[in-house]
Amino acid sequence: MVMACLITLIDLSVKSTRRTATYILTLLTLGVVAVLSALNAADGQTMYGFGGMTVSDPMSNWLKCAASLAMMVTMVYGRPYSADRGMLRGGEYFTLAMFSLLGMFVMISGSNFLVIYMGLELLTLSSYALVALRRDHATSSEAAMKYFVLGAIASGLLLYGLSMTYGATGSLDVNAVMKAIGSGTVNKEVLVFGLVFIVSGLAFKLGVVPFHMWVPDVYQGAPTSVTLMIGGAPKLAAFAIVIRLLVEGMLPLAFDWQQMLMILAVGSLLVGNLAAIAQTNLKRMLAFSTISQMGFVLIGLLSGVVNGNTFSTTSAYGASMFYVITYVLTTLASFGVIMILAREGFESEEISDLAGLNQVSPLYAGIMAICMFSLAGIPPMVGFYAKLSVLQALISSGQLVSIVLAVFAVMMSLIGAFYYLRVVKVMYFDAPITSSVVVAPTDVRLVLMFNGALVLILGLFPSGLMSLCIEAIKRTLNT
Amino acid sequence: MGLLSLAIWTPIFFGVVLLALGRDDQTKAVRWFALVGALVSFLLTLPLYDRFKLNTSAMQFVEKESWISTFNVNYHLGVDGISFWFVLLTAFITLIVVIASWESITVRVNQYMGAFLILSGLMIGVFCALDGLLFYVFFEATLIPMYLIIGIWGGANKIYAAFKFFLYTLLGSLLMLVALIYLYTKSGGSFDIATWHQLPLGGTAQTLLFFAFLSAFAVKVPMWPVHTWLPDVHVEAPTGGSAVLAAIMLKLGAYGFLRFSMPIAPDASHEWAWLMVGLSLVAVIYVALVAMVQQDMKKLVAYSSVAHMGFVTLGFFIFNELGVAGGIVQMISHGFVSAAMFLAIGVLYDRMHSREIAAYGGVVKTMPKFAAFVLLFSMANCGLPGTAGFVGEWMVILGAVKANFLLGFAAATALIFGAAYTLWMYKRVYLGPITNKHVKELTDINAREFLVMTLLAVAVLWMGLYPKPFTDVMNASVTDLLKHVAVSKLN
Repeated sequence: MVMACLITLIDLSVKSTRRTATYILTLLTLGVVAVLSALNAADGQTMYGFGGMTVSDPMSNWLKCAASLAMMVTMVYGRPYSADRGMLRGGEYFTLAMFSLLGMFVMISGSNFLVIYMGLELLTLSSYALVALRRDHATSSEAAMKYFVLGAIASGLLLYGLSMTYGATGSLDVNAVMKAIGSGTVNKEVLVFGLVFIVSGLAFKLGVVPFHMWVPDVYQGAPTSVTLMIGGAPKLAAFAIVIRLLVEGMLPLAFDWQQMLMILAVGSLLVGNLAAIAQTNLKRMLAFSTISQMGFVLIGLLSGVVNGNTFSTTSAYGASMFYVITYVLTTLASFGVIMILAREGFESEEISDLAGLNQVSPLYAGIMAICMFSLAGIPPMVGFYAKLSVLQALISSGQLVSIVLAVFAVMMSLIGAFYYLRVVKVMYFDAPITSSVVVAPTDVRLVLMFNGALVLILGLFPSGLMSLCIEAIKRTLNT
Repeated sequence: MGLLSLAIWTPIFFGVVLLALGRDDQTKAVRWFALVGALVSFLLTLPLYDRFKLNTSAMQFVEKESWISTFNVNYHLGVDGISFWFVLLTAFITLIVVIASWESITVRVNQYMGAFLILSGLMIGVFCALDGLLFYVFFEATLIPMYLIIGIWGGANKIYAAFKFFLYTLLGSLLMLVALIYLYTKSGGSFDIATWHQLPLGGTAQTLLFFAFLSAFAVKVPMWPVHTWLPDVHVEAPTGGSAVLAAIMLKLGAYGFLRFSMPIAPDASHEWAWLMVGLSLVAVIYVALVAMVQQDMKKLVAYSSVAHMGFVTLGFFIFNELGVAGGIVQMISHGFVSAAMFLAIGVLYDRMHSREIAAYGGVVKTMPKFAAFVLLFSMANCGLPGTAGFVGEWMVILGAVKANFLLGFAAATALIFGAAYTLWMYKRVYLGPITNKHVKELTDINAREFLVMTLLAVAVLWMGLYPKPFTDVMNASVTDLLKHVAVSKLN
């Protein structure tokens, strides 16, 4: 069933080349896929397909639903922006987007190391092409080049790690690997050695310190509509493969990889937040903020297993999943505003380009402010509950080191609050530099309003999504 | 919907409507709408007084709904004798601020009024929340409107002040958040404050919790030496912002001591009481001396706020009924008096656009009615018997003498300093010959300002002459709180 939707998806997206038709078809496809995944997820069953190569469980279905919705919203925001910049001359914007989504789906659903890797490659190859989509634009091409070279190294690392695991356990199937490790007959040295490579590869894909160097350059260099495509939905897929590889495949090694994640998390929180302060380019600032936000996701992931006790795994991983989903939601809205403000020949990339937005357009300023407060983790925005649930998972592990880490994390989010507040300050306190009216197509405006409102509404009623995430993780891990 | 929910959500509803629908060119309609909103919100809190039962320390008007089931967080509201008056005070001060800002705010009026109404609802929420997380959400959410109020409508150095305010207070509250999650874990998954009160805790845990809460509340109160944000923020904030900040936001911190620090960590509270009393005495005496040398009227009143809040914390941490009740009375009376002082400065500032004391002199000759009101508020600020300021300070000093004579003596000297800086400012601004020609052209207060001053004057006198309704409400709860704090939680 999963594969069936995926095939329709490819068919539809490559069929037509006309812009509007493609756009509408793409949206329709995404909508259908989202509904199908949601229905599947509501079902709550776990099924294996293709001889155990892929799996359809609640976690993967909800993530797929979220990913296709995120992609749909990205398309809505990105179309006028891309059209203005001559990126829609062919239909490849949509086609590549569809392929990257397909890659994400394969990653999310893969239950075999090779399948996961294949999905990852499909996603990243499409992304390289997307970043380079503005052929005449120098920074764009530079970003694509950097992304490609570094991405290839990371893929290599991951593949190397996977092959070592294969060597140690004799299987590529996630469940079989888990069994082999659990049996205790495997050579642990080879395994841990492979684990280091796997974690490095994953860290690169998540964009956490010290594998973060590509993030700011690509965020800044890529056309904004593509930046959103890289910074939004793929984070969901990256989260899924972390769960698949580390949790479902290597949970008995949790002690080892949790320590690695802790180093990565501390580094990301520190570098991401401190570097973001120095940025004047809004996209670059958001890139560093992403790095620090991913640090928080890692905190959730590293607090699942305490002293070999898996008692709190569901709440910890559920917290991380909640964090990723709400992060994507917030990112969508903030990049949506940036794209609306961008006009022909004007990118609105600098933080100062937002000056006085509140006087020009209180609505968009309001949405942006909600997003910034949410990213800073100020209640009642949804970002607060994401941080809360992650910190709760961390503190409930009850060790001294985790309380120290929690205090460190909140101190870092205090630093984070500074640069998010600076964006609000520019919009609300500074005088506008231009008096031009902000215009946006109706579809973009409606979706953006809904998206912004959702960041606030989910903050007032976070219960549903939160229990959904925990429930999904619980059912997925039980099987 | 219960009465407390109404008190919280009515102003927020009006505020959101203002933000969504108000436009810059309909300032008149916006102002009237805001006034109606504030008035309705205030009237809705009055039935609370009517139905409040005096002889119980239990929570009243309780509402409880499941909110975030995953974390066992409840939408749990209720008031007792400690929090009761602040609900009414908040709604009252908001009403006053809306009237007082009628003419002085001319740009983006809908956002200004909307922010104040939302802020009012959020602050009432802080006083009513009986669930730790709900408390934190309200407590933090108040930062957003206040940040915008200072940053958009503030003075020359507003951006610095807005950031200082936000980051300073966020620093403290983030540590409190860690403490709240720790308590949640310790209590086996509950954010219920009453459950935390009963939770047995070891000595180290209590000390850590005590200091985590202290970091949040001491900054908010603010206690010496973390008070430095307050003068900066007061100077830059618009008049209404200063009034709400001094009258209510500072009380959120002091209230936190009573609701969290003392009952949750009673042993640590006793152990560190010397520190709290010491810091309070420094605030009462040293900060009062600092206030005396200020050149800027708003700064002077800001420092006097720190000194007055010092009385509040002093009262709390001598652990007797007079002290704690006196502290709460002092919080309420300071709410009226500080709001009045800041609004009075606003009246002058609207006319002269200066807050320098030296720019004035002889104002009484051109604004006699106004000067009479200010004289009353100044007397209240230095604690003259018969005004609101006297009751609380007197109770705290009595409590302190009971605990330790020298302590009471030290606190009592502060009254002299209070009288000195307040009356000296009054003399320099209102009395003496007119030296500035602008003062000669001043016009006395209009009917709207007269109304604001009268409302506050009535409140100040009523509380000074007949404080019984205030103390009656809190007696049962204060007794109960002290009984609880006296019992050790160790084993």
